[in-house]
Amino acid sequence: MAAADPNAARTPPHDPTNHGQRVVVAWILLSAIATPLVAIFVGHLIPPGNASVQGTEQVFDNTWMLSVITPIVCLLVVFFVYGLLSFRATSDAIVDGPPLRNDSRIQILWIIGTGVIVLFLAGFGTYELLQNGAGGGQGPNPIAVPAGPKFQVQVIAQQWQFTYRYPSLGNLESNQLVLPANTYVELHVTSLDAVHSFWAYELGVKADANPGVDNVAFVKTKGPTTFHVRCAELCGLWHPYMFNNGLIVSHAQFTAWAAGAKKLYASIKPFMDRPAANGGAPYAHIYFPAPDRRAG
Amino acid sequence: MRLGVKLLLVAVALTAAGVMIGFYVSNLTTLAGSPSYRLPVSGSSAHPVVNLEIQTVAAVGPKLSRNPDWVSYLVKTQGGTWERRTVWDLPAHATVHVTWFNFDSATGLRNPYLARPQGMVGNRVLIDGKPANHIDPNLASHTFAVPALGLIVAAPGIADNAKNPCGFAPCQLSNAHRTIKFTFHTGKPGHYRWQCFVPCAAGWIYGFGGPMQTIGYMDGFLNVQA
Repeated sequence: MAAADPNAARTPPHDPTNHGQRVVVAWILLSAIATPLVAIFVGHLIPPGNASVQGTEQVFDNTWMLSVITPIVCLLVVFFVYGLLSFRATSDAIVDGPPLRNDSRIQILWIIGTGVIVLFLAGFGTYELLQNGAGGGQGPNPIAVPAGPKFQVQVIAQQWQFTYRYPSLGNLESNQLVLPANTYVELHVTSLDAVHSFWAYELGVKADANPGVDNVAFVKTKGPTTFHVRCAELCGLWHPYMFNNGLIVSHAQFTAWAAGAKKLYASIKPFMDRPAANGGAPYAHIYFPAPDRRAG
Repeated sequence: MRLGVKLLLVAVALTAAGVMIGFYVSNLTTLAGSPSYRLPVSGSSAHPVVNLEIQTVAAVGPKLSRNPDWVSYLVKTQGGTWERRTVWDLPAHATVHVTWFNFDSATGLRNPYLARPQGMVGNRVLIDGKPANHIDPNLASHTFAVPALGLIVAAPGIADNAKNPCGFAPCQLSNAHRTIKFTFHTGKPGHYRWQCFVPCAAGWIYGFGGPMQTIGYMDGFLNVQA
């Protein structure tokens, strides 16, 4: 008769504790405390900022998503900590864990729960996008066009600087994006050479700048403030230096700025307006879209 | 193999890879082929003045580069020689008088907006001795631009049929050239990149490869120091 192996696995004694109930109660308690705390104290710190309506909406969206994620993180934390504390081996003896059994209730609950969360986020995101494009580039034929008048600005990227044209100001161009406060702006983003990406951070605007393509994005500015602009597409040697500050100013300040800029750049206006076929510069005088194809 | 030996080998390999990547990145992005040059300063410490003489050439030539056909900037050193250095040390809040000799022909600007000189004293330049507040963008040969300082100057090119054009650098003033003069202020200390905006790198895709993407030719830094 063979001797019994002292290291052979043994069946654990029956554990009457309802671990599942404990985990669920701890999870609900932790989630009930953590979720409002995260939403209230962390939400407003989430990027991008509040320089525009779209930026504020993105902060709201991100806060929402963080609030949805928080209970999921709480469940993982509770499960992990509870497992560490409750299922510790108390001796060197090797003992089998409790046998795993199929539980169709948990499976159904898991499928429904995750399905609801994913569908909710998809629906929520789609709804937000369809409102006004959420500050993203929508290509040359945008589908989420906000109603009402819009102030047009062409964003021109080139290696390695952004410049901005104002068709309604006689094709005035500037190397700093200056926008009037509380105004709906229609940005037409394009590039003169490589692929760039126009990222106006606090405005909540990000749109690819492709040569020959008019990428339209909409944004409604809020009160006077400053914001950062940078390129978000690796575009060559000076890509890290392709950034600048933008300004949102009052309408009176904007009018004064435009008048000064018009005067400063009056000497090159003939070249800005002249088409290439008539001896003008070959690239940046072309406005996207053509006047009869402008969005809105 | 013992765990300690394995860990040691991994650490050595990671360190070696890090050093090689560091060398590669620094070689690409900093001073490759263009050690910084401290420009001579006159005036008082409160109001430093710098006289910067530069030239742009269509081909840098075999003496100054292993890429002899690359377009390039050169700077005139205190000894009177022209050198291919594009990283310059300057004092903060200095007045910089620039004299720029352009020996290259026109390429044309992609964006005519850059044909308007801006960011310098008076917002105008002297071109061949005459004040100018713009050039024809199609006749632009190169720009000297420091975007963080708002400085943009476009230089017109020499005529295509100019007599005695310069073959390769260093070019002499007896060669056909344009002279551009302007003055700007350096402002507060910082690390300001400068570049040419004209797609002037002949033979490269969109005219923006090679010398346009390599420090020491058409790009550089102003190291503005306190």
